[in-house]
Amino acid sequence: MTRANAAGSLSPDIPYVPAGSRRIILAYLTLAMVALALGGLVGPFQALNSIGVNLYDYLPVTSYYHGLTLHGVLLVLVWTTFFIAGFLSLVTIHGFQRPLSSRGLERLAFWSMTLGLLVAAVPILLNRATVLFTAYPPLRAHPAFYIGLALVVIGTWLLSANVFLTYRDWRRENPGKRTPLIAFGAMVTLAMWDLASLGIAVEFVALLIPWSLGLVEGTNVLLARSLFWFTGHPIVYFWLLPTYLSWYFMMPKQVGGKLFSESLARLAFLLFIPMSLPVGFHHQYTDPGVPTSWKLVHAFFTFVVFFPSALTMFTVLASLETGGRARGGKGAVGWFFRLPWKDPSVTAQLLAMILFALGGISGLINASYNLNLSVHNTLWVVGHFHLTVGTAVTLSFMGITYWLIPYLTGRALYSPGMARLQAWLWFIGMALMGRGQHWLGILDAPRRTMLSDAPYYAAEWLTPSYLVAAGGIVLTVSGFLYLLNMALTAWASRVPAQVEVPMAEPLQDEAAMPVALDRLRPWVVGSAILTAAAWVPMLWYMTVAHPWTIRGFTMW
Amino acid sequence: MHIHAYERFWIVLMTVVLAVFLGAVVYAAYGMGIQVPTDAGQVSPDQLASAPPFNEPGVKDLGGGFYQVVMLASAFQFEPGEITVPAGSDVEFVLTSRDVIHGFRVPGTTINAMVMPGQVTRILYRFDEPGEYTFMCHEYCGTGHHVMSGRIVVTAQ
Ligand code: HEM
Ligand SMILES: [Cu+2]
Ligand SMILES: [Cu+2]
Repeated sequence: MTRANAAGSLSPDIPYVPAGSRRIILAYLTLAMVALALGGLVGPFQALNSIGVNLYDYLPVTSYYHGLTLHGVLLVLVWTTFFIAGFLSLVTIHGFQRPLSSRGLERLAFWSMTLGLLVAAVPILLNRATVLFTAYPPLRAHPAFYIGLALVVIGTWLLSANVFLTYRDWRRENPGKRTPLIAFGAMVTLAMWDLASLGIAVEFVALLIPWSLGLVEGTNVLLARSLFWFTGHPIVYFWLLPTYLSWYFMMPKQVGGKLFSESLARLAFLLFIPMSLPVGFHHQYTDPGVPTSWKLVHAFFTFVVFFPSALTMFTVLASLETGGRARGGKGAVGWFFRLPWKDPSVTAQLLAMILFALGGISGLINASYNLNLSVHNTLWVVGHFHLTVGTAVTLSFMGITYWLIPYLTGRALYSPGMARLQAWLWFIGMALMGRGQHWLGILDAPRRTMLSDAPYYAAEWLTPSYLVAAGGIVLTVSGFLYLLNMALTAWASRVPAQVEVPMAEPLQDEAAMPVALDRLRPWVVGSAILTAAAWVPMLWYMTVAHPWTIRGFTMW
Repeated sequence: MHIHAYERFWIVLMTVVLAVFLGAVVYAAYGMGIQVPTDAGQVSPDQLASAPPFNEPGVKDLGGGFYQVVMLASAFQFEPGEITVPAGSDVEFVLTSRDVIHGFRVPGTTINAMVMPGQVTRILYRFDEPGEYTFMCHEYCGTGHHVMSGRIVVTAQ
């Protein structure tokens, strides 16, 4: 697939991907990695701060909270979104075996996201938007912060429009065919996200942008916060579904196995569209102004959304098992050790799955309504999302880039050994840090707090904080090795890459699969109705009955 | 649609587990009375000086072992910052914010709530044993967030 010319430079010839698309995909991934580098850099400073070591004089930020805003926004919003944009573009093109339908839309999406990122980055870097990634009013950032992030969201809509146009064109030429699995995964992800992102779009465009510009004097705090969580929970499935896409539809191939059950895999994906939306109030269990009845309804649906995750756990493990057994693995667990642990892409994603299981359990506790009272806004929650988005998603994305970057650049991964080490270090670092943070949360240490200067710092917090600090240092080394390997692959690798896009095949050819498992529209319509029922009455009540007079503050 | 026997077993198992967990949560809420905050009304932050009960922050003895604590949060303090109640009292906390969103967390209790401008937070809690509690703001509210805290003293009767 790759030809080395006389000068030794490599020019990849990637099927179906036009040169312009390849450049855009690489640009998305590069921006994602820059965000990972800058956001990750702040991590160890936060981790060390919890044992009372305050190194913020050595970091060019104005305060702990300025750094935390950078960490949160760059990692959880930028790294994820830009990686996903690049990855899903490639997945769509490769899945449908045709370029995206509109080159113009492809470029517009990219520039909308990139311009938005730059516009938002300026006030964040200049300490004019130290509102953390949740941006709860009445903390009021510079308008450019909200405008920039809104442009990023609009960019994702343009991208998804292009993906659906590509599907339409493919369908016209392939009537009656089943949508290729990986392309199906991309479409479900984007359909879910288009619905989910309406909340933050309304919050920013209708409430916060006019308010930050001074066009209106006051805003509606609880309405804005609820709209944020309308998007804020399903956004985790915007990160997780591309991860699942790799676990379900790619990894079985990478481990020499087959997808265990195509119909249940499709069902699990589709269930995430309706189930990820009516749950946002589980982030607001402790909020005033929201009746307990609504909180309970969302608690119920939160338990329901564990269901497709449980399906995922079964199908993914069963698919991996087919691979482990095909490679000669025996016994109830022996197959697991026979998986190709030498392949860093596989290692990273297997380790990501292990920590995800733990993160899922702590998530069940967060979801548990009144049990949430013992952990809400403590470091427990921080431990939870470092195992989920910080590991299940992030380490899987890293694992994906171990084949994806060689595939796109035509250059073999510079050092597979370093990549394996990196994955293990991330696993160990997160296990240590996650353990420490969950423990700190049980001891009631608050999150988003500069603990080194907190007058109420309790002596018993010190031991778990050491776990956080140690984990933070291991993670920093791991993150550095990852970026180094990526840079060396791009600029110093002289070996042609021998990689293909891994695409799993189903174990059985299910001729009789229900047709609803290959249709999006009924699911999207059903989800819209369910979402409206679970949100609109309460949002409407807040709109008409809650004060719109709350002025903005700059508290930093 | 073919579903493998093991997978069918797994689906049933997970459904039962989730139902039991959810049942436990609902029982804790309605059987044991461990509730999360609910809608307790709205109040404009511009009118706190004249809006009861917020015009008089502090501890009120309502008689019969009942106390009301009216508290205002603002960057970066609670008013009152120190509260004394006797052991065995039932305390109703009523809070709101003068400026941005704050938190109210009393470690060692089930008291955990957000305090927002425009909204009234109401929490009921019974202090059985004498002792001292530190409470803190646990929602980011600005550069002084980490110093925002206070104390509850529960005295022996
Ligand atoms: C070098 C690796 C990392 C270290 C040492 C680290 C450390 C930390 C620490 C100690 C906190 C708690 C700060 C506080 O609540 O006061 C934190 C917050 C956070 N981290 Fe990380 N982290 C790392 C990587 C990541 C990654 C990869 C992600 C996501 C992709 C992530 C997402 C977040 C988010 C969203 C927050 C919360 C920000 C907020 O409360 O506004 N972190 N991190
Ligand atoms: Cu959530
Ligand atoms: Cu605070």
